[in-house]
Amino acid sequence: MIALKVDGVSKFFPGVHALDRVDFVLEEGKVHGLVGENGAGKSTLFNILAGVYRPDGGSIEVRGQQVAFSSRHDAMLHGISAVFQELSLSPNLSVAENIFANRQPTNRLGVVNKRSLQELSAEESKKFGSEVRPRDLVRSLSISDQQTVEIMKALSGDPYILLLDEPTSSLTKNRVDQLFENIRKCKEAGRAVIYVSHNLWEVFAICDVITVLKDGQIVATVNKEDTNEEKVAAMMVGRELGNIYGVRDNLPRNQTALKVSGLTGEKFKDITFDMHKGEILGLYGLAGAGRTELARAIFGAEPLTAGELELDGKRVQVRSPRQAIEAGLGYLTEDRRVDGLFLQDSIRNNLVAVKVGDFFPKSILKLRDFKLMKETANNLVRQYNVATNTIERKVGKLSGGNQQKVLMARWLRIKPRVFFCDEPTRGVDVGSKSEIYSYIRELAKEGAAVLLISSDLREIIGLSDRVLVMFKGKIAGELRGEEKSEENIIMYAMGLLNRKGGRDVDNVQ
Amino acid sequence: MSTMFSKIVRMREFFILGLVIICVVLMSFLSPAFLNPVNISALFLAMSVNMIVAVGMTVLMVFGSFDLSVGSVVELSGVVTALLILSGLPIAVAILAGVMSGALIGWLNGIIVAKIGVNPFMTTLAMMTLVQGLVLIISGGNDVSGLPQAFANVGTGRFLGIESSIWIMLLVTLIGDFLLRRAKFFRQYYYIGGNEKAAGLSGINVSKLVIIAFVLQGAFAALAGILLASRMADASLSSGANIALPVIAGVVIGGASLKGGEGTVIGAFLGIFLMTMIVNALNLLGVSVNWQSAVTGLVLFVAIIVDALMRRKEA
Repeated sequence: MIALKVDGVSKFFPGVHALDRVDFVLEEGKVHGLVGENGAGKSTLFNILAGVYRPDGGSIEVRGQQVAFSSRHDAMLHGISAVFQELSLSPNLSVAENIFANRQPTNRLGVVNKRSLQELSAEESKKFGSEVRPRDLVRSLSISDQQTVEIMKALSGDPYILLLDEPTSSLTKNRVDQLFENIRKCKEAGRAVIYVSHNLWEVFAICDVITVLKDGQIVATVNKEDTNEEKVAAMMVGRELGNIYGVRDNLPRNQTALKVSGLTGEKFKDITFDMHKGEILGLYGLAGAGRTELARAIFGAEPLTAGELELDGKRVQVRSPRQAIEAGLGYLTEDRRVDGLFLQDSIRNNLVAVKVGDFFPKSILKLRDFKLMKETANNLVRQYNVATNTIERKVGKLSGGNQQKVLMARWLRIKPRVFFCDEPTRGVDVGSKSEIYSYIRELAKEGAAVLLISSDLREIIGLSDRVLVMFKGKIAGELRGEEKSEENIIMYAMGLLNRKGGRDVDNVQ
Repeated sequence: MSTMFSKIVRMREFFILGLVIICVVLMSFLSPAFLNPVNISALFLAMSVNMIVAVGMTVLMVFGSFDLSVGSVVELSGVVTALLILSGLPIAVAILAGVMSGALIGWLNGIIVAKIGVNPFMTTLAMMTLVQGLVLIISGGNDVSGLPQAFANVGTGRFLGIESSIWIMLLVTLIGDFLLRRAKFFRQYYYIGGNEKAAGLSGINVSKLVIIAFVLQGAFAALAGILLASRMADASLSSGANIALPVIAGVVIGGASLKGGEGTVIGAFLGIFLMTMIVNALNLLGVSVNWQSAVTGLVLFVAIIVDALMRRKEA
């Protein structure tokens, strides 16, 4: 029996075609895996099925009946339950209150019946095989137990369709087994499950059918028996690269600019690598691999517990971004809206924010040289082709691509010797993308060492001279030349390969 | 509308200046005593304490913070200075010690906000209560009076016929406005107020700047408290009771936002002038004291609602 049928569903976000006429069939009694790279459209499809987003085209049928969800609640009424990556628990309420958040047992006057709430919750725990107690406050639980509560909450309404998005991201090994046991029970009861994951072993361990998404389209839907992990990984990538990445010259890149040894922080451990002058070094890793945390720690924005930095052969101590900038480092942040731009401030003030002292040269009071500031800002706007009629405009009013160019120009003005570029083209149109690529290449050509962090494999491969791949806080592989194929990078990023060349069997905590 | 003109019209100071001018013109017709130099001087004197406190408050609000403990610091510095003078210390030294006492309170606020990460509301609310208590303890619960004439002259002495409290207020206002507009050090507060994370990642030493701003606020509140004690020739235990909120309101009327990222000292001056003037006008018009609070509240509403509408149009 078909539980759910998706027919030609599309979804547009400003500047992005997130889902492009997707067809998809979910059968009762099956666990259906949904895999793809970051940004492939998995989450978009997931959110449409859960009732969070509304599709811009196409139709959805549940049990043969056409539906159009207007909200999460609406989807729930059709028997669709979802576990999102982000926990949706209220930390100050008890486990029981969380599990029965929207259907607490009440008496006729609408007063919650505490005793029956506890009993129902205890029953759910028992059914699930969990030891969490109904009365415990959620905030007192470990993160793994919290995620278990989240899953119990989704299961407690006995859903017809269960949607799971990376449900194991913070589960311990035992809890994962417990979850799989419960998924199997759902299957036997004739329920249908969609399982979204980065983690191919998990997908192969629990799913019956696997659908691969890429760039908002379905590449293939296959039975688990007819494929293997390597084939699926190859399907997840696989498309020719354009030439928007520019051309690499063959100058030697053997002078070390930054030497990183034994760096350890909260999210990464014992990281050692070199960055060379004139080189673009790619850094890839799936969500949670620790790449951004690593870059931020080198830049002094997050604490390090161990390790050393050598800049041009000299040991340096970097304890704050301020010191990092003084030493010649630069860091283009991952999310321009969160910690990059001053959105309510002018383009001018945004452009001069780094080493702002350059524009305050007058007297011991360090007064502003407004003319110099305006001149510089105007030049930068011209040089980096920011589309605006005035530098006094609020940066928040520019398009994503132009915002990103402002951020880029802010850093390029000070000509960093070592530059960390974290997701330089996220949410940026193709035209601005190729411009940003040319600025990165230019900087490297002038002798800077560039670390390019990106979730876009094509970007990483197209720009980088060398690629480092992180997996669970460690460097799993270093790829050069022909080795840096999308398949290879994905295999390292998923822990299917490691530096020693073998399979990493210790992949689940 | 030309862009230059529309830009000026959109400036917050312009709007509030317009409001002030309208009120002044209106009052000059309604009450002949209003434009009398004696009244104008009294008006400036009445706003001097709040305005000196507001210079520090503007800096705090530019980066999205504020300080509720200023009123207590006004009392503390007055009492500390007065007691030290009575104990025989030279007046200049006693004043310096009074200012230092405020700076110290500010430093504690700054450390707790910047280093421990407690929000400024809770931090300065607790500090307000604590310092109130300290004032009672060191003063024994009584106003400190019997201060020498030389100390009274500090705040009331005249230069070019104008009282020194007014001169000091005008001086800190002008210097404060200039530095907050032009000096590198103070411009950094606008970045912190705009996006604290981005400011840190741009190499701005956020926690150091936050601490210094609280120290400055403490020192300014202390200066205001000393001038007040000098003018009254008496360090009163309730002199600061009603300072923090009117000052914050004045700074906001003058263009600052509770979210940070904007605000100027001149704007704060106009905001506080407007609020003081309303009370002054109501007195001159013989309106019952019982009405003053309600009218002030209404004017506050007009100012913030017009501003919110202007912002909405801009967005």
